[in-house]
Amino acid sequence: MTTAMVEARGVRKNFGVIEILKGIDLRVEKGSVTCLIGPSGSGKTTFLRCINHLEKVDAGRLYVDEHLVGYAERNGKLYEMKERQTARSRLNAGMVFQRFNLFPHMTVLENIIEAPVHVLGRPRREVVVEAQALLDRVGLGNRGHSYPQELSGGQQQRIAIARALAMKPKLMLFDEPTSALDPELVGEVLDVMKSLAEAGMTMVVVTHELGFARQVADQVVFMDGGVVVESGPPEDVLDNPQQERTKAFLSKVL
Amino acid sequence: MHSSREVTAVQKQPSVPGTREPATASGDSIPVVPLKHPVRLVLAVVLILVALSAAWDVAVNQRYHWDVVVSYLFAPQILAGAGLTLVLTVVSMTVGIALGTVLAIMRLSDNPILSTISRAYIWFFRGTPLLVQLIFWYNIAALYPVIAFGLPFGGPSVVLGSANVLISPLGAALLGLSLNEAAYMAEIIRGGIGSVDKGQYDAARALGMSGGKLMNRVILPQAMRVVLPPTGNQVISMLKGTSLVSVLAISDLLYSAQIIYANNYQTIPLLIVASLWYLLMTTVLSFFQNKLERRYGRGFDSAPRRIRKPKTRTA
Repeated sequence: MTTAMVEARGVRKNFGVIEILKGIDLRVEKGSVTCLIGPSGSGKTTFLRCINHLEKVDAGRLYVDEHLVGYAERNGKLYEMKERQTARSRLNAGMVFQRFNLFPHMTVLENIIEAPVHVLGRPRREVVVEAQALLDRVGLGNRGHSYPQELSGGQQQRIAIARALAMKPKLMLFDEPTSALDPELVGEVLDVMKSLAEAGMTMVVVTHELGFARQVADQVVFMDGGVVVESGPPEDVLDNPQQERTKAFLSKVL
Repeated sequence: MHSSREVTAVQKQPSVPGTREPATASGDSIPVVPLKHPVRLVLAVVLILVALSAAWDVAVNQRYHWDVVVSYLFAPQILAGAGLTLVLTVVSMTVGIALGTVLAIMRLSDNPILSTISRAYIWFFRGTPLLVQLIFWYNIAALYPVIAFGLPFGGPSVVLGSANVLISPLGAALLGLSLNEAAYMAEIIRGGIGSVDKGQYDAARALGMSGGKLMNRVILPQAMRVVLPPTGNQVISMLKGTSLVSVLAISDLLYSAQIIYANNYQTIPLLIVASLWYLLMTTVLSFFQNKLERRYGRGFDSAPRRIRKPKTRTA
């Protein structure tokens, strides 16, 4: 058995008195694609953000590449990490957001080279070459000097993917990457994600694109009310769900 | 009616294949008659006439003593005063903006000690009159004759010198103006930081940024767009507000003019001289404000201001 890229054990998260995650157990194998599906408010996005420690886990353990996220474990106690350490530990995972969140004051190329140059301290010249290759890979090789606002949503999201990849992450997290896009632009983003999956990238994708999940995912996880209701290969979860809640959700979505 | 129909036709035009740039649209397009504004034109003519006649009236009015205005416009005292006003403005604003930025970040910090310090600072310096603050710094020697660094409760200390020597009238003016300005700038910058989309923090954090890097590279450059217009206001009001330092017997522009008219009783002409210089300086400063706004508007405003054209790469 391969080691897990992400392993969650009883992960809990509250916002004030509201419990968003009520004990999530989940394994994401290296090189696999996991799609998180479920109704809004089910905690999918929160869980994804926990993997990157953009949200603090309140209870349970969450490991990324065998490292505990956000905490250091010593003598049976968990010590909260300093912000700088947390920032370092985030480098394992690249993240793509629903609303792209490109830096609007930088050109596309500057967006991509920003973190490799200013966080990793790598030589700019070298990074620019890689960035250009990434732009070509997402099919936007000639848009390096545009500003994000001049691009369509689909193009912006592909840039956002390139920006995350520039940090050479071991894991890519996608938070509803196509939900803010016009329907005709969804395909171009999914195509980039598919090619990424084919190249062996470990991916966790929160999505409503069940077609994508069926085609690309190794594991589909249906979440509702802060718990994992059902998980397994797409043909099981999507085509032959065992739980009533999953059936009800799928019947409404399909 | 007629013109509106033509406009509708033009709006459809970009969808015609092959006419990607409407400006260079070829022969098959429908001619456009732009909307006319006859009232605007008449109004403009009337206003120009009114303005000219008013200007003529002022120019020929002997009681303005334009000859005196001209003779003092480049008087050494006036020039020195204008120079000093500019120095006071530039230094106070620079210090004010730098300190204000720090205060704004402290105010927004999760650290309760830092945010409380910032709050207290802003509360105090905005809450007391600038004039009082200036006089306070000017008279600091009366309260603390000697300035020294040392341990509290009478511990050992290093004497830096007499307060009267260390804090000259000009020093007192700069201290007063800078510290006061920092409080106002802090609030302006806090507003600017607050205007930046929260998703930008997520994106920057996800890329491994934190603390100063996140602020300097991602948040502050975007906040600038919101911060600049009110900062322009602050600069201009500082330029004129520096005239308050005349209470410290510093001969800034207005004070220099006052000294002259106290002797020759040409009050109005000398105030006109001072005003002309203030106008010139605010005009120049507004010009720079415009430049900066363009610089930091990049990527936010739509098309025409693109700095570099997209290159087609062969690599």
